[in-house]
Amino acid sequence: MATTQDNNAAAKSGFVYLPLIVGWLVPGAGHFLLRKWGRGALLAASILGMFVMGIAMQGKLYGGAHDILDILGLAGDLGNGMLYFLSRAAGLGADQVQVTTADYGTRFIVVSGLLNVIAAVDAHNLRTGRKS
Amino acid sequence: MFRPSHFAAVVLFALFASVVFGITQRETPKRMIRYGIYCFVLFTASAMVLSWLMFLIAR
Repeated sequence: MATTQDNNAAAKSGFVYLPLIVGWLVPGAGHFLLRKWGRGALLAASILGMFVMGIAMQGKLYGGAHDILDILGLAGDLGNGMLYFLSRAAGLGADQVQVTTADYGTRFIVVSGLLNVIAAVDAHNLRTGRKS
Repeated sequence: MFRPSHFAAVVLFALFASVVFGITQRETPKRMIRYGIYCFVLFTASAMVLSWLMFLIAR
């Protein structure tokens, strides 16, 4: 009992926004930081799975913003954190959508970014005690 | 290149989104599972209903 309390206290010490930032950069890492191993693993698997499938479907990674839809797509993609930057650096993702599955893939990548933001905010809520 | 059918893409999308929704929107494991299943069913069922509606409108 005392050990569990010590672990929780250790997990909840330090910079209050750390789980939010780490969770955004690496999917599921915010929960791992708070020792929520099961939740973190499921979130990481879901977000990574969605992102990887999006890339495998030749989905587009938004690189610049030319109109309002591009801005929204870029905002969604940026939600993936390091996954987005690493994939851009590695030249993954298509520049233009040419087949139907690539359109699905583009949506998968955007939505995985949005889900990652939700997961990071959840880690922040756990850290602040708003959620147990 | 991964080329799922439209329905397979819907099911995969619903599965991943439901897992994240379940974990983030509820507090206890039991309620997380129930909410995740609820979201999954709602995603897939609404996609099927809307597909049939569009099919009937397009005829």
